[in-house]
Amino acid sequence: MTIKDKETTLIASFENFDDWLEKYNFIIDMGKDLTMIDPKFKTKQNLITGCQSSVWLHADYNDGKITFTADSDAVITKGIVNLLIGLFSGHGPDEIISADMGFIDKIGLKEHLSPTRSNGLMSMIKQMKLYALAFKTKYEQKEG
Amino acid sequence: MLDTTTVKFDVNKIRQDFPILQREIYNKPLVYFDNAATTQKPSAVINKLKSYYDLENCNIHRGVHFLSQQATEAYEDAREYVRSFIKARSSSEIIFTRGTTESINLVASSFGKRFVQADDEILITYMEHHSNIVPWQMMCEEKGAVLKVIPIHDNGELDIEAFGNLLNKKTKLVALTHVSNALGTINPVAEIIQKSHQAGTYVLIDGAQAIAHLEVDVQDLDCDFYCFSGHKVYAPMGIGVLYGKEGLLDKLPPYQGGGEMIAQVTFDKTTYNELPFKFEAGTPNVAGVLGLKTALEYFKEQELESLFTYEDELLDYATDELKQVDGIRFLGQAKNKTAVVSFIIDGIHPFDMGTIIDKYGIAVRTGHLCAQPLTEFYGIPGFIRMSLAMYNTTGEVDRLVKSVISARDMLS
Repeated sequence: MTIKDKETTLIASFENFDDWLEKYNFIIDMGKDLTMIDPKFKTKQNLITGCQSSVWLHADYNDGKITFTADSDAVITKGIVNLLIGLFSGHGPDEIISADMGFIDKIGLKEHLSPTRSNGLMSMIKQMKLYALAFKTKYEQKEG
Repeated sequence: MLDTTTVKFDVNKIRQDFPILQREIYNKPLVYFDNAATTQKPSAVINKLKSYYDLENCNIHRGVHFLSQQATEAYEDAREYVRSFIKARSSSEIIFTRGTTESINLVASSFGKRFVQADDEILITYMEHHSNIVPWQMMCEEKGAVLKVIPIHDNGELDIEAFGNLLNKKTKLVALTHVSNALGTINPVAEIIQKSHQAGTYVLIDGAQAIAHLEVDVQDLDCDFYCFSGHKVYAPMGIGVLYGKEGLLDKLPPYQGGGEMIAQVTFDKTTYNELPFKFEAGTPNVAGVLGLKTALEYFKEQELESLFTYEDELLDYATDELKQVDGIRFLGQAKNKTAVVSFIIDGIHPFDMGTIIDKYGIAVRTGHLCAQPLTEFYGIPGFIRMSLAMYNTTGEVDRLVKSVISARDMLS
């Protein structure tokens, strides 16, 4: 399944919600399934800036695929980061770098995109793409 | 506080004057409890801004034609109005700025240049807004001066004894907030000013959160500087006031250079204008100044004693109702408080709480409230702050309490 396929499935499931209550309950539940970051990676370096809550993100690279783990001290943020991990984890750097973010609007999380200090959604996506770029540069680009 | 008021405060009538309060958020009537961030504007103020640009717009102090004279007169009338509102002695002591932040930066810069040397001390408090911390940090770094911080008690009251111990002959200035934006604490500023003056120290008061909730009399307080922002007292954004004692302002060098603040300009030397113009470089926010006067007039029309009594009673009601919420922890429970209730709910991140409460059409502020040292002091990831204004109601408090309980149940 490509990232695009996963986005389509996600958009479809969000369309089933009758109201914001159902949507946020779903997001909160998603947070409970989060693959937790190893505590040793919960460092200041791995803290994502731009969130009102604390979010730690870590990435590993194996066999051309990136795996993300994370944690947050806020349950909605946990849900959102797990939503992103669900989309991006297990894919290669190029696919992650070129993934478009149109689905955020389609699942009605546009308010989480606004450039206020509070929301970390853009920061999380940016950080995941930066990891992908770093791994691509390190492992996939040959020196001339 | 009076036991009885001669005029009953009619909050429902007031609400009709504020267009934005009629709107809906997510199909629910807006409940606006973020007044410490900014207050909403009555039609009188909004209309004034429009009529200024429709009929009166002109640059001031620099033309002989009718529009210029009219606008200049209106601008200076507004200055005189502000002078009388805060009971300053002279309108030369009223400087218009962009807001409290700019006012404080102005003093930090100009006072620092004139009066502060290496090893001098500046005293602030633990409960200050970043705008009353960072300008002093920057100035101290530049001058090699030392910034010291007066601690607070757990209930959000200033440690007056510690203040006394920190004050010494090296202390050049004390900068403190009249009312804390995060905790609602009303500081004993008159006492602080008196003790500081006895020690030969100047005092700047950050009045941003006080101006809409208390009577301010700068001569009675005897403060050296007093700052506030228009947008916290029902006036437009982009306009603020710095009050300074004339004798002191006279000694300070200008802050920004440019038009208006000059007397004579040659390439060899430029001389500066007299007060208050020395500190008002460039084209001012004339519309904002006129909006500020309109807002203060509107505010005063409400019979301030009954307005303040109403707000105090609403604050007590809100605190009592919120006490029912399981797991609530109040932050800032000073004996003297106004307009702000800050809290967190055990085990729930304020960001989560604020996000869900928003869905009920309710605006509260969450996060560090521009007071990061305070979040560290209390060991919390952030605050949830409900801040009141004259148009809030007990019905709105009830809606907030219900939404807090629903959010808590959803997030636990």
